[in-house]
Amino acid sequence: MNGGGQAMAAPQIVPAPRLSLASVVVAIILLGCAAAWTWPPLQRWPVEWAIPFRDWVTQAFVWFSAAAKPVTRGLSWLLSWPLWLSEALLFRGFPALNLLPLPWVAIVGGTAILGHWAGGRGLAIFCGLSVFYLAIFGLWQDAMQTLSIVLVTVPLAAAFGLGLGLWATRNARVERVLNSVFDVMQATPHMAYLGPVVILFGFGQVPAMLATFGFALPPMARCTILGLRTVPQDVIEAGRMAGCTPGQLLWKVEIPAAEKTLMLGLNQVVMQTLAMVVIASLVGASGLGQKLLFSLQQLQIGKAVEQGVAITLIAIVLDRLTQAYIRKAPEHQATRTGFIARHPHLSLFLLLLATSGAAAAFLQAFAVPPRELTLSYGGPINSAVRWVSKELFPYIKPLRDWLTVWLMLPLRSFYLWLPWPVMLGVLAAIGYHLSGWRLALLPVCLFGFLMLAGFWEPLMLTIYLVTGATILCVLIGIPIGIWAAHSPRAAHVTRGVCDTLQTFPSFIYLIPVIMLFQTSDVSNVIAMLAYATVPAIRFTYLGLLRVPAATMEAAVASGATNWQRLRKVELPIAFPEILLGINQTIMMALAMVAITALIGSRDLGQEIYKALPGADTGRGLIAGLGIAFIGITADRLIGAWAMQRKRQLGLA
Amino acid sequence: MKYVRMIAGLGALSLVSGSAFAEDSSDPIKIVTNNWTSQVVLSNVIGQVLESAGDKVEYKPSDTQLQFTAIAAGDMDFQVEVWEGSMAESFDKSLKSGAVDYGAHQAVTREDWWYPSYMNEMCPGLPDWKALDACAAKLATADTGSKGRFVGPPADWGKHYSERIQALNMNFQEVPVGQAATLWAELQAAYDRKEPIVLFNWTPNFIEAKFDGHFVEFPKYDPACLTDPKWGQNPDAVYDCGAPASGYLKKVGSKELDQKWPKAAAILKKVSFTNPQIAAAAALVDVEGLTPEDAAKKWIEANQDTVKSWLQ
Repeated sequence: MNGGGQAMAAPQIVPAPRLSLASVVVAIILLGCAAAWTWPPLQRWPVEWAIPFRDWVTQAFVWFSAAAKPVTRGLSWLLSWPLWLSEALLFRGFPALNLLPLPWVAIVGGTAILGHWAGGRGLAIFCGLSVFYLAIFGLWQDAMQTLSIVLVTVPLAAAFGLGLGLWATRNARVERVLNSVFDVMQATPHMAYLGPVVILFGFGQVPAMLATFGFALPPMARCTILGLRTVPQDVIEAGRMAGCTPGQLLWKVEIPAAEKTLMLGLNQVVMQTLAMVVIASLVGASGLGQKLLFSLQQLQIGKAVEQGVAITLIAIVLDRLTQAYIRKAPEHQATRTGFIARHPHLSLFLLLLATSGAAAAFLQAFAVPPRELTLSYGGPINSAVRWVSKELFPYIKPLRDWLTVWLMLPLRSFYLWLPWPVMLGVLAAIGYHLSGWRLALLPVCLFGFLMLAGFWEPLMLTIYLVTGATILCVLIGIPIGIWAAHSPRAAHVTRGVCDTLQTFPSFIYLIPVIMLFQTSDVSNVIAMLAYATVPAIRFTYLGLLRVPAATMEAAVASGATNWQRLRKVELPIAFPEILLGINQTIMMALAMVAITALIGSRDLGQEIYKALPGADTGRGLIAGLGIAFIGITADRLIGAWAMQRKRQLGLA
Repeated sequence: MKYVRMIAGLGALSLVSGSAFAEDSSDPIKIVTNNWTSQVVLSNVIGQVLESAGDKVEYKPSDTQLQFTAIAAGDMDFQVEVWEGSMAESFDKSLKSGAVDYGAHQAVTREDWWYPSYMNEMCPGLPDWKALDACAAKLATADTGSKGRFVGPPADWGKHYSERIQALNMNFQEVPVGQAATLWAELQAAYDRKEPIVLFNWTPNFIEAKFDGHFVEFPKYDPACLTDPKWGQNPDAVYDCGAPASGYLKKVGSKELDQKWPKAAAILKKVSFTNPQIAAAAALVDVEGLTPEDAAKKWIEANQDTVKSWLQ
């Protein structure tokens, strides 16, 4: 690899290219600053010179949505049927047939029975109690609305994802195209999907379903590709030798062999679908998400927590049920016995349905959970949040002010001052140093496009917030990860906290954060922290666990103290892993950018949020892509760096 | 089944209005709900009144700006609260693309800078804006440096407060929030700690029932203030005045509304709420803790005469 300008440096001689990188960077900074000083457009690309990409995109979408209206309306109509069925079953009933929806008692009992059938007693209790939670906390109607969307979206996304994945494994070109499309799709924040969906499909449950579908599909397809690619060749050979047809080979050999990875995909589909519940309510999905936003609007944080827990519980129940179902061993029974003996669970459910249905016809309390019996734990949570905001503020205020004055304000001034040639030049130099021309061109093209489109300032403000969040995440996450790696009990606690932080609807964090940190950039960063520290912790922990025992023993034998061992042996070996954790942290912080826009900011997330009401598709989409571009650039640069380190450590 | 409903509808129709003979469609009327209390309760009041008149209704949640696109496209049918201050622009745009103006409520609206009452002692001379300006140092934070911090509305609500700060040469900086809930979180926190705060607020609003405070009095609004720099105390700048103290609160409907549901449309045109009625409706939820549906029921019981006047 060519290290710098003139000197050919062999890859194993580390200092030479690094020196040249430093000098190249210094040269770029000096030249860029000098150029910016002599000619202002080299400092800040003038607004008048912006190319109106965003208007073009908006207009193109308006044209396209008009042209495609028969198709989009047809698609909506088609999708509204399964939705209509699940809504009728769960909460609407069939008025034309004079049929009530499934009584709540039957749904609670039915979920428990399903749990027992799929996974045994433990799962039955968990499922039953979780659904009972929805009833007892007065969330039944909303939960059923949410569930009816989820029950249609999850199978749809899973099936399409599987289909796309299979297609990709049969065709290398399709795989390449899909991979880059998914890269961009997954790095684009959820909220950016809403704009195009609104233009094409309007408002309501079906558009919300489609936006969710778009976000839940890629992980399934990816896992399918990965799963089928990693099926051992001899397994397939064995299948062929046994005389399988291609169809049999796929369904009876490859897919079962890839089961673990496919399950991970399904798990991601469920999680992403539930993660969209709150955001989808911005385009008219009724249900828990909408009620959660309403609670937050009234500062009913306790109520919002009740609703958030309900969303999380639905996610966990669906996840555990599907996992258990797939893991379930096929039952072999004599076929001659009666229906009840062959289908004990189904029979029990039918019995329950018949009795509760009959009871519901006479007594409303069996149809819908009676409101007099509902509970709430929201009150104490409200009081607790207010207590914290009142009593802890004196301690938090100095921290907030310190962070503002010493971290955020200088960082912001720096990024806003940075001349664009310096920014692009330095990124290109680093990319070239780590991997070559391709990686040098990537940031220049992506960020250059955003600059030409007139998004430079929001781009810089986004990078600024994400930099601030990443610095804090690293400072907090890595020590926690180290602590967890050295103490099993700490690991246990940390894992629980991490899981909770990631599945809980992030909108809820915003209000307490605002109460403590006020509307400010610090608030934005703190709200990102709650979500983005998790990967920094996880990857540090995993990286340290993977340090070979022999290496550790060698260090102990050579008389290293604990501190020396950590600093000189463990951390350097775990470094590539930790880098990947930081990479994920950046991704999570970027994912939060659109959500923290609700606090108040001027970054790309705000552009997405602001574009939504006016259906300004171009603005929202380019801003969404901008966030994806930051993610992709960071991912490639850090990935290349981790690769280089691994090679130097002889791990790759 | 259909005939039964039709006959029932006819029966209700003859009770309700003698004038219209057209029959309302049996499809549900889609009523827009937003994410603040008064709007949701009023929407439920409207929905229950229409149901009692034999129509079917459905509530559709939507964003305050997105709803206008939806109503113009006929995806949603009726919105009971259109605020002059924050929605006028999208509202006017939607009228051009097919939405229908359903008239104004008796209630008037006001949107401006607002502060909690305990600040009267900290900054003597309030609610006058000059007293507030003199008090800027008490409102300064690490973020705003030596300037007073004004927690402003979302940047796209078109309020021109930064321009007002400049035009009146105030020692303040506007910090815009992303959404209304952020304002209330700021207010709740400051209120609990008895800290000084100045923020964007409006009336009628559930905030009045929970927090005690006042609008800051800026130079009185005049349309010329927004167009003529010479008007007002700064001869070189526009926006050197407060917001109108009594803006409109309107209703908007879809084009299909009076074609498909002429009877309902006639009722909706007559619907009108007053300021105390709106505040009471919001308080039923925010203070008494009822659900919006129950609050609407209770409100209708308490305001029988008003409801009757819409149905005549």
